[in-house]
Amino acid sequence: MTTREMIKIENLNKSFGDLHVLKNINLEVFESDVVCLIGASGSGKSTLLRCLNFLEKKDNGNIIIEGEEITRSTHDINEIRQKVGMVFQHFNLFPHMTVLENIIEAPVHVKKVSKQEAIEEAKVLLSKVGLGDKADVYPSKLSGGQKQRVAIARALAMKPDIMLFDEPTSALDPELVGEVLATMKELAEDGMTMVVVTHEMGFAREVADWIIYMNDGMIIEKGHPEEFFENPKEERTREFLSTTQLK
Amino acid sequence: MPSFSHFFETLVSNKGLFIDAMLLTLKLTAVSILFGIIIGLFFALLKISRSKILSFISDAYVYLVRGTPLIVQIFILYFGISGIFLIPDFWAAALALAFHNGAYIAEIFRGTIQSIDKGQMEAGRSLGMSKGLAMRRIILPQAFRRALPPLGNQFIIGLKDSSLAAFISMNELFNVATTLGSNNFDEMTYLLIVAVYYLVLVALLTIIVRLFENRLAVSDR
Repeated sequence: MTTREMIKIENLNKSFGDLHVLKNINLEVFESDVVCLIGASGSGKSTLLRCLNFLEKKDNGNIIIEGEEITRSTHDINEIRQKVGMVFQHFNLFPHMTVLENIIEAPVHVKKVSKQEAIEEAKVLLSKVGLGDKADVYPSKLSGGQKQRVAIARALAMKPDIMLFDEPTSALDPELVGEVLATMKELAEDGMTMVVVTHEMGFAREVADWIIYMNDGMIIEKGHPEEFFENPKEERTREFLSTTQLK
Repeated sequence: MPSFSHFFETLVSNKGLFIDAMLLTLKLTAVSILFGIIIGLFFALLKISRSKILSFISDAYVYLVRGTPLIVQIFILYFGISGIFLIPDFWAAALALAFHNGAYIAEIFRGTIQSIDKGQMEAGRSLGMSKGLAMRRIILPQAFRRALPPLGNQFIIGLKDSSLAAFISMNELFNVATTLGSNNFDEMTYLLIVAVYYLVLVALLTIIVRLFENRLAVSDR
């Protein structure tokens, strides 16, 4: 049995002005894979993730989602985004809506699901992320960890095939990181295809199928967690890992 | 200065005239604020659009309005419009005031729309929303809320500015006060009376805006 190729990136380049942030990136992500992107700040991992959701415009190269090359001229980007959910570092919940309203907003107004159906599905998702009792609360009343779990539920409500996480725990107090990672781990176990930009090495080691180390806009090394952490091939990877292990 | 008893007697005996005038002032203010909000929102959206031309049009409008006195605008619109086609005086005055308020309201909306974290738009877009839908459902409701305090301020200015409609013979508060004052050789009394009317109206407007603010602040609680 061959697994489906969900994301393929070919020779992707991206610059901000004179700054060349992504240099000839090639990457494949297969169905149910969990890929963790690690690397120092400014290495281009968040930009890469944002290119996958077309929040950043690539300069050149190909982005192929579920076998189709996606460009702004051939595809409706809004439809592609429905297949690719995104979770942000700063949650970006809609503060003027309750938790439930946050979750049903896109299904009702984008997918045109009936409100009643959307509410039922939202409640299932909320209990899945452990927040069944928070449906009618406004985001300002939630802790950071709870906010991020609502954001995950909101992205899942569109029933995406792929989930992108942009440093989902970096803005959290240390004691709240665990609950978000646990939710993500459950999602991985359910077979979701996930690309995660993270600094959580423990999570990467435990949950990822692939670790990708980026430095200076390039992919330096890609490997399964075991060999990647125990036996990194590249000198730069070893240096990076030694700095993170000091923590 | 008039004695208090004289002031009070005049206030009561002219109640009917002043209340009619007050209703006209309120109508002028309400219409000009309502249209001012529509015009303001329209030009705010032009200003933040990606098109340089649309943004320039918005800049030009705001510059023209802010760069000339309101009384000049009222006269130009009044004589200009009624020279081309007949519209009732009320609408000439109301539209001139709306056109004027619109520029300031446009700046208020532009500022509050741009003050919404750009992560909000990104979150909307990442869920598959079009730019317009995300603007309507996510950005504008938050921007409106933030706009309320400065809008309230602009409403008060708009209410008081409606007194300039007196110069195109609208029988609103100020016009009634000066007419009665000079007819009775008693300007001071009538000016003080009209000042009280404005103070009361501004107080009411302030309360209404505050009620709105409290209502919309529900998500902060």
